[in-house]
Amino acid sequence: MICVKNLSHSIGKTSVLQDISLEIPKGKVTALVGPNGAGKSTLLSLIGRLMPLQTGRISIDGSDIAQTPTRELARRMAILSQTNSLGSRLRVRELVGFGRWPHHQGRPTHEDEQLVMQALDALDLTALGNRFLEELSGGQRQRAFIAMALAQGADWLLLDEPLAALDMAFARRIMAQLVALREAGRSIVVVVHDINHAAAWADHVIALKEGRIAAEGPPETVCTSQVLGDIFDMELRVTQIEGKPLVLHHL
Amino acid sequence: MRPTLTLLGLLVPLSVASLLIGAAGIGFASFGSDPHMALIMSVSRLPRTLAVILTGAALAIAGVVMQQMVRNRFVEPGTTGTAESAALGLLAVTIVAPASPIWVKMVVASLAAMAGTALFLRLIRRLPAREVLLVPVVGLILSGVLGAIVTFVGWQTDLLQLISIWLMTGEFSGVIAGRYELLWFAAGAAALAWFAADRFSILGLGRETTTSLGLNPDAVMRLGLVVVSVVTALVIVTVGMIPFVGLVVPNIVARRLGDNLRATLPVTAAGGATLVLACDIVGRLVRFPYEVPVGTILGVIGSGLFLWLLYREPAHG
Repeated sequence: MICVKNLSHSIGKTSVLQDISLEIPKGKVTALVGPNGAGKSTLLSLIGRLMPLQTGRISIDGSDIAQTPTRELARRMAILSQTNSLGSRLRVRELVGFGRWPHHQGRPTHEDEQLVMQALDALDLTALGNRFLEELSGGQRQRAFIAMALAQGADWLLLDEPLAALDMAFARRIMAQLVALREAGRSIVVVVHDINHAAAWADHVIALKEGRIAAEGPPETVCTSQVLGDIFDMELRVTQIEGKPLVLHHL
Repeated sequence: MRPTLTLLGLLVPLSVASLLIGAAGIGFASFGSDPHMALIMSVSRLPRTLAVILTGAALAIAGVVMQQMVRNRFVEPGTTGTAESAALGLLAVTIVAPASPIWVKMVVASLAAMAGTALFLRLIRRLPAREVLLVPVVGLILSGVLGAIVTFVGWQTDLLQLISIWLMTGEFSGVIAGRYELLWFAAGAAALAWFAADRFSILGLGRETTTSLGLNPDAVMRLGLVVVSVVTALVIVTVGMIPFVGLVVPNIVARRLGDNLRATLPVTAAGGATLVLACDIVGRLVRFPYEVPVGTILGVIGSGLFLWLLYREPAHG
């Protein structure tokens, strides 16, 4: 379980998160949703210790992230941030291989190589393994970064907008894959842009608005026209398909 | 490792040529029998050849480490204020304690280089990441400012001649046994980079990725700072700054083989050594038996290569 207590964060004079306390259940797919600028990415980055904590505490499976060595944390959680801008000329296989670094510290074993192959295969990248990242399309590159996070083999997988730049088919595949990982015992926290992906695949939804928690619970309770309408300040209809909420936000 | 082998295949004959070329003629006939020739070999030609190889390899590695640190391909220690800071430190020792032993000068120059490079890293932290060319521009401005201070102090203290050797025209004609051995330490610092190769490759992926893989980006930065500064300072103390090696060689290697430093560092080192040795030999032959400084030759060849690189690779910094 990830436990966040009294977390506030500001960037410059702007307050991004205000006194957030929440629990993210273990063994579930948790979706973070909310309008632009609600603080989703900041919250995820803070949990993934990519930014220093200002106030509040965060613990992951009982260990305070401010106290736990970063290498130890890297074996427990993998975080894919949104800002994986490209400066490096690496091959896909090399990038995914670095996902195993927390485990082998530069001396990959046969098992590490095996896991890298599996991650490549899971994202349909085996054929692209020898290509340089900069020679790939945005979506393919995104998949390579997801594969790297996957290869890290951590209990917790934190993904910031993994579906950005992906086409429909891959977006659905990634979400299905996250559910499969949950079945295999991992816990996933994912920031999703499209509310319907959260509604269809997540077990638990946390909605943020203006740096506060606006709603929290299973998709059926969060993805209602009233709750979402308040969060996004728009009128929308919600229907159901196969027992899952379907938000008609585009009509 | 085919590229390394190819480069070594070039480096070996070039080294032999370097041993044979010089004002004093060396013939195969008298090889091994002439004591005068053995003296020239052991005191002058061999040290010079080794100095060139060590300098080229170390500077190329310092260049690629710097590029990973700032995530920008268009920088090297010579264009980011590192060399000028080292010269400033060296100048300070020369003025304050001219009789101090060489290792003191080396330590002071290294520390000054670290301070100057740290200043550069601080300056570029606020630059927008998209503006790839701002980073080298800021580097050039910083080296310009530091260089101006060095020149001013040098002018006031009548030490301009030393400065022009340190910063403008690095060359190897003064290298004899006993006056180049510091370069082994530079090579040692560069070798340190090989042990941390994965760390630098990961750092090149950005602070977030570095952190999420359980590495402290600041610690890796500090390690890089030590490598870059020590290499630059030692090269300046012994032979003077050699431009462009740290820029051109890593760029060509990255284009061909990418940024996985574990695999590319040997190629980068061999490439730097080969390039500088070839230029040094050209410098010795152009006006034989006089010499043109290797820095001048590299300046001509290097700027040509750099322009070619700029036009070949506009999109990705």
